[in-house]
Amino acid sequence: MSKTWQKPLLAVLLVLAIVFPMIAANDYYIYVMSLAYIMAIAAVGLNLILGYTGQLNLAHAGFMAIGAYTVGILTVDYGVPYWIAFVVAGALSAIIGFFAGLLSLRLKGHFFSIFTLCVGFMIYLIIEKSDALTHGTVGIIDIPAPTGIGPIRFDNTWSQYYLVLFFLVVSLWLMSRIVHSLLGRAFIAIRNGEDLAETLGINLMRTKVLAFVLSTFYAGMAGALYAGFVRFIGPAMALESHTFDMIAFILVGGIGTLFGPLLGAILLTWLTQSLQFLQDFRMIVFGPLLILLVMYFPQGLIGYWRERQARRAAASMQDRRLKRSVIGSQHEVSTNA
Amino acid sequence: MNIFFQQLLNGLTLGSVYALVALGLTLVYGILHIPNFAHGALYMVGAYVAFYLVGSLGANYWVAMAGAALVVALLAVLSDRLIFHRLRNAPPLHDMIAAIGLLLFLEAGIQAIWGAEFHRLAPPYPQIVRLFDLVAPAQRLIIIAAAFGLMFVLHLFLTRTLTGSTIIAMAQNREGASLVGIDATKVSVLTFVISGALAAVAATLFAPINLIYPSMGHLVIMKAFVIIILGGMGSIPGAIVGGLVIGFAESFGAFYVSTNYKDIIAFALLVLILSFRPQGLFPTGARA
Repeated sequence: MSKTWQKPLLAVLLVLAIVFPMIAANDYYIYVMSLAYIMAIAAVGLNLILGYTGQLNLAHAGFMAIGAYTVGILTVDYGVPYWIAFVVAGALSAIIGFFAGLLSLRLKGHFFSIFTLCVGFMIYLIIEKSDALTHGTVGIIDIPAPTGIGPIRFDNTWSQYYLVLFFLVVSLWLMSRIVHSLLGRAFIAIRNGEDLAETLGINLMRTKVLAFVLSTFYAGMAGALYAGFVRFIGPAMALESHTFDMIAFILVGGIGTLFGPLLGAILLTWLTQSLQFLQDFRMIVFGPLLILLVMYFPQGLIGYWRERQARRAAASMQDRRLKRSVIGSQHEVSTNA
Repeated sequence: MNIFFQQLLNGLTLGSVYALVALGLTLVYGILHIPNFAHGALYMVGAYVAFYLVGSLGANYWVAMAGAALVVALLAVLSDRLIFHRLRNAPPLHDMIAAIGLLLFLEAGIQAIWGAEFHRLAPPYPQIVRLFDLVAPAQRLIIIAAAFGLMFVLHLFLTRTLTGSTIIAMAQNREGASLVGIDATKVSVLTFVISGALAAVAATLFAPINLIYPSMGHLVIMKAFVIIILGGMGSIPGAIVGGLVIGFAESFGAFYVSTNYKDIIAFALLVLILSFRPQGLFPTGARA
């Protein structure tokens, strides 16, 4: 992306996001968009470990569920204020993520993915079977909406939309800081080749665990927002099919790009909405879509755009070099003569 | 004593079903190095095909099993030719995501046809077998006998026939196998046929004492993954031994620990073992 108009573009997008509730036809659209943002926050987190660090973590939805259940249990059963529960949710997901990462990142490639698939399923089973703590299969209902901060109240869809948007912007900003830092380079180096990264002096285990913890923190935050926004949670949200949804978002938008997960989340959420009749069977479309994407379009929309941009830049560079060399050679000829 | 025997029988039943599924998974992994997440969906499709053949067409149980094996084998080969084969030069991440895509498609497809509700395959042999003071449902004995019979035949095929040994050769060393003139395409088609057929047979054997529903493959495939990680990816004896270990751990765990958490036992075992031995129990993966 050329730097000169990157900032204006982002500003336009932000303005669009801010005015969206005013131009949306009804509250339902605002609701759907907020949900897409929440899923995007989780997907941005997954993209850190999957897209930037190259590890396919299939337990991501489990960590989102841990965040959501922390808020649900603390607010409903223990009367803890929402924002305290919110902070605890992020912290708890990251702590559990730390131990899960420590254990699972000792395995590489396929083994890591299979292991995390099992971890995710364990989280689901534990949530479903621990009736006393998590209300079991019934789920937790009547979770209070986020309490107001100062004069701002979060009791309607509009204000909650802006709350979610605020967290989305913060998470994207934070992610951009992470991936453009030295640490981010270390993540990408690991994705591109673990042996080479290690030779460069990157501590593989420590760096990968850090990426894992950060991504589970994002998942926990997204889960906490989800609990306060939807106000009903069930064990099914920990299922791996939820993780698969997020993988689809990332692949469509562009794996390993900052805005890819967001773009994918918004596009696919609206696609599913417009295909209401497909609600239960959306996977008949999404499944083959995933396969076709990895086969023919693995870089996703943003990746594709970037590649085209890079190709153009390279072509114009080559053009210029060619011209210069022609002029240069003429020049050479003339001086020689 | 009687209760102990019951648990032993339960463990053996579960273990032989798991072993059949894990065998197919480990064969495909050994040849193509793909963790086929869609294998559980193939198992599920097998159960539905058998259910359809018996329920709607009134086919004999064993005919239905053969039909299911045929359909699923075909489906597995198609998935290889259309998807996995074309991705053979892609990064491993792509294989896994494509396998997930296939899994999602098969599950949603089956749900679109038969709905999300539970189905039941009428037990073809509802009798109870009595031996001295021990009782056993006939279906369980059939599962054990059929599974072990099939494993024995597979073992003979892989070790005693030329075609079978090409699979082993390919698993041991891809380049070496190609050098001695083994056709990689033929071997991978054959492997997918066997793996799909095993999944369908396992599903049809297990269906009369279990329920049929679109996500029935989830738990089974995850346990099969646990088994082949424990037994060594690509190892055939490892898959059988691992299957039995998980089967026994579950049946005795359900009885002596807690029925509620019996499904977690396999995963807890995996976490425990991998915490101490990240390379698995049989890291070298003694193949066949």
